[in-house]
Amino acid sequence: MTGSDAPGRSHTLIIGLGNEYRRDDAVGLVVARRLREAAPESVRVMEESGEGAALIESWQDADTVILIDAVHSGAKPGTIHRLDAHEQPIAKKFFRFSTHAFGVAEAVELARALGRLPARLIVYGVEGKSYEAGVGLSPEVEAAAQAVVERVLGEIG
Amino acid sequence: MKSRTIKVDYIARVEGDGALYVRIKDGTVADVKFRIWEPPRLFEAFLRGRNYSEAPDITARICGICPIAYQMSSSHAMEAAFGVKVDPQVRALRRLIYLGEWIESHPLHVFLLHAPDFLGYEDAIQMAADHPDIAVRGLQLKKLGNELMAFLGGREIHPINVCVGGFYKVPTKKELLPFVEKLKWARDASLETVRWTATLPFPDFEQDYEFVALRHPDEYAITEGRLVSNKGLDIAISEFEEHSVEEHVPYANALHSRLKERGAYFVGPLARYNLNFDKLPPVAQQVARDVGLGPVCLNPFKSIIVRMVETVFACDEAIRLIERYEMPEKPRADIRPRAGTGHGCTEAPRGILYHRYRLDDQGVIQEAKIVPPTSQNQKSIESDLWQFVPKYIDLPNDKLQWQCEQAIRNYDPCISCATHFLTLHIDRE
Repeated sequence: MTGSDAPGRSHTLIIGLGNEYRRDDAVGLVVARRLREAAPESVRVMEESGEGAALIESWQDADTVILIDAVHSGAKPGTIHRLDAHEQPIAKKFFRFSTHAFGVAEAVELARALGRLPARLIVYGVEGKSYEAGVGLSPEVEAAAQAVVERVLGEIG
Repeated sequence: MKSRTIKVDYIARVEGDGALYVRIKDGTVADVKFRIWEPPRLFEAFLRGRNYSEAPDITARICGICPIAYQMSSSHAMEAAFGVKVDPQVRALRRLIYLGEWIESHPLHVFLLHAPDFLGYEDAIQMAADHPDIAVRGLQLKKLGNELMAFLGGREIHPINVCVGGFYKVPTKKELLPFVEKLKWARDASLETVRWTATLPFPDFEQDYEFVALRHPDEYAITEGRLVSNKGLDIAISEFEEHSVEEHVPYANALHSRLKERGAYFVGPLARYNLNFDKLPPVAQQVARDVGLGPVCLNPFKSIIVRMVETVFACDEAIRLIERYEMPEKPRADIRPRAGTGHGCTEAPRGILYHRYRLDDQGVIQEAKIVPPTSQNQKSIESDLWQFVPKYIDLPNDKLQWQCEQAIRNYDPCISCATHFLTLHIDRE
C-alpha cells in the first residue's frame, strides 16, 4: 500500500523541509521539488514538515543526506548558509524561527548524541523574509531557491 | 517598587506578539498574557469554493504532527452533511490509523519534550547523552506509530489514502497481522514507561478544571461520541458552537475558546482520562492504579503519566482491532453530495478538534470552521500560569522561565510552541 515511500537503499537522500502555507518557510519544499526533476534517478528526494524525530528515521539508510530548510539568523533575506554537520554543531538558535518544535537542529544533535548521524550530512539554510500565513516565496528567496538547486546538484554530481 | 517582565516569544516573526508575557510587580503577579496559536483562518479561507473531497487533504497540512485528526474531523463532518454511514470495518480502520497517530504523537512529547523538564535537562539532546535508552525508546515507539499511519494512510506526514467515505484502498488481514507483534512490544514498553514516568518529581499543583472530551457508550472515544464534561456538559457534536465560543483577545490578536456558561475548559489526554477512565481496557486501568494515579487526576504535570497510559491503551486497542479485522467489501461508502451543514469532532492527540462545513448541492464548500485543541486550552494555560508563577516568584528569571515553559508543555501545545528554544526578554524597571 505504501511502497513508494518506504525507506529505500538509495545512498543519497535530499530532504526539503517546511510549511507550504507559511510563505518563505516553504523554500525547502520548493528546492526539493525542483531537485526531484533535476537530480539523477538514484537520488531519493523527500519532503517533510520538519518534525525532527521523523528526520532521524528518514536518513537511517542513507550515506549522504542534504537537508534544505528556511532559517532566520538575521542575515539578508535570500542569504544561503551551508553547514556540514560533521564539522560543526547545528545551533538551535539558527533555526529558532522555524515553525518546528523538535526540529532540524534538535534532530541533528540528538542523532549525534545517539551515534545516528549519516556519514555525510549537509544542511542548507535559506534566509527567509516573510513567514506569515500565505503561499508564495519572496523574490529574494525565490532567487536563492534556484541557486540552492544548482549548488546541491554540484554537490551530488 | 520593583517590577520585572518576562516575555517569551515563539514565532517572533509573526508580528512580534509575545507567546508568554508575565509581569511581576512588588513580588506579586500583575499580569499574565498568553498566546501561542492562531486559529487556522487561512485554511478556512482556502477551503471556501473547494470541493468537499479536498477538505481532508487540505486540512491535513495544518499540522505535521496530527494530520489524521484533521482528516478524520473533516471526513466525519462531510459524511454527517451528506447522511453517509461507513462500513463498521472501515470505521475500525479509521480508529486504527488514528491510534497510530496517538502512538506517534504521545511518545514524541513524553520522551523528547516533556521528560527532560522533569529530569532537569535543558533538552532531549542533553538528556540523551546521559540516558540514551530513554531517547531511543521514545524514537522506537514513535516510529511504530509512524509505520501504522504510513501503512494505512499511504504516507505519514500527509497521508493520501484517507478520503471522505473511508479509504482509497484497504489492507487485507494478512497485511495487517505483522503489526501485532510490534504492538505487543510497544504495549510492554509503554507499560514500563508508565511506571517510570510515575517516579518523576511532580510539583504539588491542582486546579478545579472543567474537562471536556468525547464520550462513547462502548469505547474509549476517539472518532465519535457526545461532548461531555465533569461539570454537566452533555451535548451532541453539532451543538458545540452553541456552548463554546471563541473570544477575541485584544492583546494577543488571537482567539481564546471558552464555554459560555463557565469559562475556561481543558481538553486532551487528562480530560479524556478523567471522563472515560471506565472505558480504558483493564491493562491500562491496572497500570494506572498500580502507580497510584487513580481514576481522576487533577495535576496537569502528571499528564506525562496519562499520555503513556493512553499509549498503553492505543497499543492494546490496535491489537484488538487488527485481530478482529475483516476486509470490508468496499473501501469507501458512496457519496452523494447534498446541500447542508456537517459537523465533525474527533480526539486529536492534544484534544478535541472540531470542524464545521456548509456545503451547496454540488458539495462545494461555502463556509468552513475549524477549532483546534490548542486554541481551546489557551485559557486554561493562562489560568495555570496565574496560579503557578507565585509559587516560583523568587526564582531568577531563567529558572522561572523554565518553570513556566514546563507548565505550558503540560498541554503539549501544538508543535510550533512546545519548544525549548523560546526566547526570554526581561525588562527591569
